Amino acid sequence: MSTQTSFVTQATALPAYTSTTDLAISPPTREARGRARLAAASKDLRSEPGPIRFIIIALALSFLTIFVVLPLVVVFASAFSKGVSAYFAALSEPEALSAIKLTLLVAAISVSLNLVFGVIAAWAIAKFDFPGKTILITLIDLPFSVSPVISGLVFVLLFGAQGYWGAWLQAHNIHILFALPGIALATIFVTFPFVARSLIPLMQEQGTQEEEAAISLGASGLQTFFRVTLPNIKWGLLYGVLLCNARAMGEFGAVSVVSGHIRGETNTMPLLVEILYNEYQFVASFAIASLLAMLALITLVVKTILEQRLDEEQTPKDDSR
Amino acid sequence: MTIEVKNIVKKFGSFAALDNVDLKVGKGELLALLGPSGSGKTTLLRIIAGLDWPDAGEVRIDGEDALGHGASERHVGFVFQHYALFRHMTVFENVAFGLRVQPRAVRKDEATIRARVKELLDLVQLDWLANRYPSQLSGGQRQRIALARALAIEPRILLLDEPFGALDAKVRKELRQWLRSLHNEIHVTSIFVTHDQEEALEVANRVVVMDKGRIEQIGSPGEVYDNPATAFVHGFIGESIVLPVEVTGGSVHLGGRPLNIAAEGAASGASKLFVRRHDMQIGPAGTGSLEGAVRHVRSFGPIQRAEIALTDGEGKTVIEIDAPRDRELQAGEIIGLQPRRYRIFAAQE
Repeated sequence: MSTQTSFVTQATALPAYTSTTDLAISPPTREARGRARLAAASKDLRSEPGPIRFIIIALALSFLTIFVVLPLVVVFASAFSKGVSAYFAALSEPEALSAIKLTLLVAAISVSLNLVFGVIAAWAIAKFDFPGKTILITLIDLPFSVSPVISGLVFVLLFGAQGYWGAWLQAHNIHILFALPGIALATIFVTFPFVARSLIPLMQEQGTQEEEAAISLGASGLQTFFRVTLPNIKWGLLYGVLLCNARAMGEFGAVSVVSGHIRGETNTMPLLVEILYNEYQFVASFAIASLLAMLALITLVVKTILEQRLDEEQTPKDDSR
Repeated sequence: MTIEVKNIVKKFGSFAALDNVDLKVGKGELLALLGPSGSGKTTLLRIIAGLDWPDAGEVRIDGEDALGHGASERHVGFVFQHYALFRHMTVFENVAFGLRVQPRAVRKDEATIRARVKELLDLVQLDWLANRYPSQLSGGQRQRIALARALAIEPRILLLDEPFGALDAKVRKELRQWLRSLHNEIHVTSIFVTHDQEEALEVANRVVVMDKGRIEQIGSPGEVYDNPATAFVHGFIGESIVLPVEVTGGSVHLGGRPLNIAAEGAASGASKLFVRRHDMQIGPAGTGSLEGAVRHVRSFGPIQRAEIALTDGEGKTVIEIDAPRDRELQAGEIIGLQPRRYRIFAAQE
């Protein structure tokens, strides 16, 4: 657990990969954005005196600068502090390359599995009534309410040498902990809610009528899903996948517990950032961190675009006019 | 195609949505299922379509057992109250959907599908909207597209669930007549669900009145209006005045006072007297079997609607009548009332 405490002390210095995990979970509701628009339109009705307005805006801006902009600038400034060539040299280190590769692989595995699980779970919850539905919805949120460290620890308890299945796994020479499967499992667990959470409200709002119409027109279950359900949720699905991916790449706590920190083998990018930093290799550390920061920025841009599309998807199309 | 429903029972928990329902629909009929919300009419329609399953009973379409097949195999056109158009498809693709999802062996080629969709869009007179999306259409247009989509699969029967329920009054009236003439043109056996009696009486050949999961009466629009079988039907269809009366040995009493009307075979005991608003004849005070004070009069069109506080009984009963305007009523005036036509049903506990 020593890695954890050292991480906490440096948390303010390393905001890049934590920021990717702080994104909103469910898409902002239409009403929320509608309210924002309304507020903008009626600005003059409730305008504050000039000085007060100035103070409020200045406060918000300086807060944003100190806690978001400045750390982001620091990440890139430190990464490039010894020049562009040092930056790229740090990124092309075998350890760095292996970490990038592992991170991409883990993200690919967990995102694709969570895509399938998330769609199935959301489908089941939104389109059917069954006993235990509320429990299922609560369970889906569990990874969000549990500390990531605990999420990782669960897998240690299951698959570790002293764990429930540890002895059996060892006897059959199957490596889960301190290897790719463990890291992937922990990441899947932590990122499970994203896809399901972004789909459930959307699918509930859309109801089952279009599916019923498709079936009455002779469509099979699969045809109904691929021709009607999926096109209707595609933007919401992409939104969930995007957030899921950002979290999968940025996850630190859970992965840290199950990874074993084997250099060049089981270090993901966030883990490598911390290790390099602890070894005073600041340029290398911040170079990797800058990649994660860029991921966060790209995620934000795509997220904004997707939210606009989602708006269209959510617009009820069946009210009479 | 004929539809036969036998002893259908459907329960949601302990609530019986359908309680032993029997119904036969003949070839080419246009049948209305009429009832208040919660009467089970939509559930019955969904069971015939295969979107719901009964707990017991039989559904036969053209003599063939339908419950052995899912909705996708029944070849039933279904039109939803809220249209349920595919929002991400153009109008054209919406109508073409049923043809495109057919098994490869029987699927038509693209040119045939296009021709068929064009034909259907012409039928609903909306061919100029082919490339629009559902969100760009008005409610009435959407419902006509939904109908064209349902007809694309050449359904054996057509089922419409409150097809005009979400439309405003004027469009609803237009679409009603349009549906009527469309049915005359294509003659597919159709059932539509409505809670709007005017709609049912105006459009359907036959009306099935439902309440609390049971069928109260089946008959032509004229029959259910002029000859209601039960107190519920009389109260639900048309505007009725209902008075609590007591029948004893062939005479009718209201609040202890005998009324000058025949019991017409009604059984003795607590009963209800039903009179249509326009079947209450008015005359000078002292004439007729009832008497009351005019409280309020509103005149529109050919009638005047008067609120009358009956002086009989406890004097607390207020009724509304529709009278022709040949004799203008004044507020405060005392008048006599005589039911021209009436029905007496035993009061239900």
